[in-house]
Amino acid sequence: MDFTLTKQQELVRQMVREFTINEVEPIAADIDVTERFPIENIEKMAKNDMFGIPFATKYGGAGGDYVSYAICIEELSKACATTSVIVSASSSLCAGPIDAFGTEEQKMKYLVPLCKGEKLGAFGLTEPNAGTDASGQQTVAVLDGDHYVLNGSKIFITNGGVAETFVIAAMTDKSKGTRGISMFIVEKDFPGFSIGKVEEKMGIRASSTTELVFTDCIVPKENLLGKEGKGFSMAMQTLDSGRIGVASQALGIAEGALEEARKYMKERKQFGKPLSAFQGLQWMVAELDVKVECAQLLVYKAAASKDAGLPYGVAAARAKLFAAETAMEVTTKVVQIFGGYGYTKEYPVERMMRDAKITEIYEGTSQVQKMVIAANFLK
Amino acid sequence: MNIVVCLKQVPDTNEVKIDAKTGTLIREGVPSIINPDDKNALEEALRLKDTDGAHVTVVSMGPPQAEKALRESLAMGADEAILVSDRAFAGADTLATSNALVAAIKKLDYDVIFAGRQAIDGDTAQVGPEIAELLGIPQITYVEKVDIIAGGLKVQKAWEDGYETIEVKTPVLLTAIKELNEPRYMNIKNIFEMYANKEVKVWSADDIGANKELLGLKGSPTKVKKSMTKEAKGQAELVELPPKEAAQFVVSKLKENHFI
Repeated sequence: MDFTLTKQQELVRQMVREFTINEVEPIAADIDVTERFPIENIEKMAKNDMFGIPFATKYGGAGGDYVSYAICIEELSKACATTSVIVSASSSLCAGPIDAFGTEEQKMKYLVPLCKGEKLGAFGLTEPNAGTDASGQQTVAVLDGDHYVLNGSKIFITNGGVAETFVIAAMTDKSKGTRGISMFIVEKDFPGFSIGKVEEKMGIRASSTTELVFTDCIVPKENLLGKEGKGFSMAMQTLDSGRIGVASQALGIAEGALEEARKYMKERKQFGKPLSAFQGLQWMVAELDVKVECAQLLVYKAAASKDAGLPYGVAAARAKLFAAETAMEVTTKVVQIFGGYGYTKEYPVERMMRDAKITEIYEGTSQVQKMVIAANFLK
Repeated sequence: MNIVVCLKQVPDTNEVKIDAKTGTLIREGVPSIINPDDKNALEEALRLKDTDGAHVTVVSMGPPQAEKALRESLAMGADEAILVSDRAFAGADTLATSNALVAAIKKLDYDVIFAGRQAIDGDTAQVGPEIAELLGIPQITYVEKVDIIAGGLKVQKAWEDGYETIEVKTPVLLTAIKELNEPRYMNIKNIFEMYANKEVKVWSADDIGANKELLGLKGSPTKVKKSMTKEAKGQAELVELPPKEAAQFVVSKLKENHFI
């Protein structure tokens, strides 16, 4: 057994770390307050192939692996979880299913610009009445000659307002339940497609989260992704790999917060000693350090399993559950270590705490991960 | 156009340890980076490649682990990387280093050679100029701007109080300063492609056909008598004042100690 990263993975980490320190960290606090989408960094990340890490070069990808992708999300998240979710939503949730289930024509048309970062992608599954119970899809798609007509709406869609390519789930046969769900590739300029409500959020505030509205939206027949009726299964597989992205994000947030604590504990003096000299706090950070290490091992194991072509759904669920809960615990306790300062915007830890919360919710809540893990355990 | 970039891997810290016997640096256990000025040199070569087309070869003399710096160069976009590495090179001063690099460069085609101004470990700023002298080609140091013109280059050389514009025919050696450009990041696709398709060539002393008397400790006229870490002198005085009073306070202290 070998726990060392490859030379490629090490260089990816070094590159993304340098990029994060120079480009991402300096604007992270500002874009959180102003909710400004960091378009300048999207262009720079695209130029360095950060949107296509695990995809084949013939589709515009970097020809890398999923562990490297996880490392990229982890490193970005140490400074800014907004920036990392823009990448992971586009890569895991939109480019991912097109790569896995798309035809050659669909890949050339849609996957290439997503991998190159020329276009951003988004994934639409959640609806007002279909959250954790994703089977309750009410958006419908009706075949009409050479096109489908979509009607309905999606909510809480990451990259909703900035994406140009969407992978959308809709019912093609309501009588068949989950087996009546299909997936479509939708362009933002298709007639009948529009952006609805723009959410104002607790965290990841500079990312775009919106409602998508389909009003007699015309989608060409050739934009059906995979086969009719296979949409639910494809969505679940998409979320399996997407969860590795969210787990990596949670891991990065936790690592970033813990690093802030390390610096602060060495600087800040109370009772004539630096905080790092107090055993109560030493034990607190020791426990957090172990949890972060565990989270990293779970995340890399899930990603490495995917790279090896092994089943990784349960591994991804474990990684996401543990990394998200670790991110929440670490950021909450690091705010506590900072005391009053931690509660202000003078330090980044309050932002990290707000950002951490979403990792316990999106792409399957912690409770959903437990359902997945328990179902596997008890089968 | 063929461009050769000379590059050095250096320790990523000012806290380097020094071998008490030889007075040379102990590199083991210290994280290593591409020397910052050399990164500017590489960036300029890559910029010229982007704008005018060029074949960029990176050459470094160093121990086997310097391969990483060359791998980073390939990931930034260099076409070829050569590590000049041999036990015979150990303990080289700047002259012996230049002799080794020159022997390697002579095996390559070049119109322009880029080097960094100086390395952060030795701070000598000698290797670039020595390579030009040994090759018998013109050199321009402290370069802050480069343009390609018919038959050569138009180069802006920085001075303390301004700059000088020089037109020069190739082949020429230029040494880069940080004002020259902003080095690019490694490209992620390049990272995977270069490990799949590119080798870092390793050339030994025999491969480059160098005179071994001119290499390593033997070829190094520089004898380091003693190296030491500079002791911090005196004690800091910490005062908290509004900006204007703080400035006055600093000036008064500088006067008191006859610095101004």
